[in-house]
Amino acid sequence: MAEGITDLDMSSFDEAISASDKPVLVDFWAEWCGPCKMIAPILEEIAAEEDSIQIAKVNVDDSPDLARRYEIMSIPALIVFENGEPAKKLIGAKPKGALLEEIGEFL
Amino acid sequence: MSDIRDVIIIGSGPAGLTAAIYTARANMAPLVIEGEPSSTSDQPGGQLMLTTEVENFPGFPEGIMGPELMMHFRAQASRFGAEFITQKATKVDFNQRPFMVEVGDVSYKAHTVIISTGAQSLMLGLPNEDRLIGHGLSTCATCDGFFFKDQEIAVVGGGDSAVEEATFLTRFASKVYLVHRRDELRASKIMQERALNNSKIEILWNKKVTEIHGDEKLSGVLLEDTVSGEENALPVTGLFIAIGHQPNTSLFANQLDLKDNGYLVTEPNSSKTQVAGVFACGDVQDDYYRQAITAAGSGCMAAIDAERWLEENND
Repeated sequence: MAEGITDLDMSSFDEAISASDKPVLVDFWAEWCGPCKMIAPILEEIAAEEDSIQIAKVNVDDSPDLARRYEIMSIPALIVFENGEPAKKLIGAKPKGALLEEIGEFL
Repeated sequence: MSDIRDVIIIGSGPAGLTAAIYTARANMAPLVIEGEPSSTSDQPGGQLMLTTEVENFPGFPEGIMGPELMMHFRAQASRFGAEFITQKATKVDFNQRPFMVEVGDVSYKAHTVIISTGAQSLMLGLPNEDRLIGHGLSTCATCDGFFFKDQEIAVVGGGDSAVEEATFLTRFASKVYLVHRRDELRASKIMQERALNNSKIEILWNKKVTEIHGDEKLSGVLLEDTVSGEENALPVTGLFIAIGHQPNTSLFANQLDLKDNGYLVTEPNSSKTQVAGVFACGDVQDDYYRQAITAAGSGCMAAIDAERWLEENND
């Protein structure tokens, strides 16, 4: 795992999201999801390049309650949390350029 | 000139990556334009990136996961020096030599080009379809099946991929309707038997989806009987579409011959297109077999065809 990406689960999620003074981009993923694997290195690059946003991951197999809470029906799903609240939800794998454009307002 | 490559490979499924392994081992230093991440089959690694267990690829007696198999292909090509660009080719020019392939603002030149852009899943083309992707409507059963535990869902289609998806989805869903517009399946016998013997699958024969409903999430679909014309609503929370494929040939439409169904034309028993030095392999030129192993085999043919063409035309 790259520096700067935190793995979150049910026990750590709420505190990590509310304690952050930056927007947090959470990647909901699973081991069996091919497109999730394709975007993992892109998120690692963004984590290394962008100081203004924090990146975290939630494994939906380990934390089905979190997936349910945020009504995830398709992964990869990326949710940007601002001030502890979901501010934007992106569904599906995208190339880096398109992803940066989508989250541009938070950078 | 050093900036002219021996070979550029466009696409990175089993065909393109096999061509990459062979051309890399032949010291042709292939440049693979592998495509870009997406949740459809039009992505690096191709259609196998959206499948689970691959049971018919020789060499894996216990089966292997589709994405894992493609990672192996890619690592093997990398090991022999294949270079990768994780973007889509945006333009090609086969009227000039060396050939030119553009990726955004950057253009690459090569003496030979191998086309292996594959095919991607067809959508129904109905209103609400795009809006509900990720909200109950899915293009990737392996990605999304998990979220339909104990729910009633539907799969549309009658070929191998539809039947395989329906069978896979019974791991999660309480009931899977397989909606098929004919009165028999096109899927292979072994896949059909699995579906017919699965008590969670109910096949709805002679039905087509005419409307997709749902505000925030999918709530159901309207079915029309293709024989009687009768309509009925099917309340489902998930809809998985597997109605076939179309070849990714729009990039080549004005430069290479296409069949009526859009697939690239290659010479019989060869990967040659009508432009000398341009070769095609895999699903982009195969509307009949469409298997990972036949794609890989044709990728090997394209690599050997390209290598021999280079030798013969070396000036």
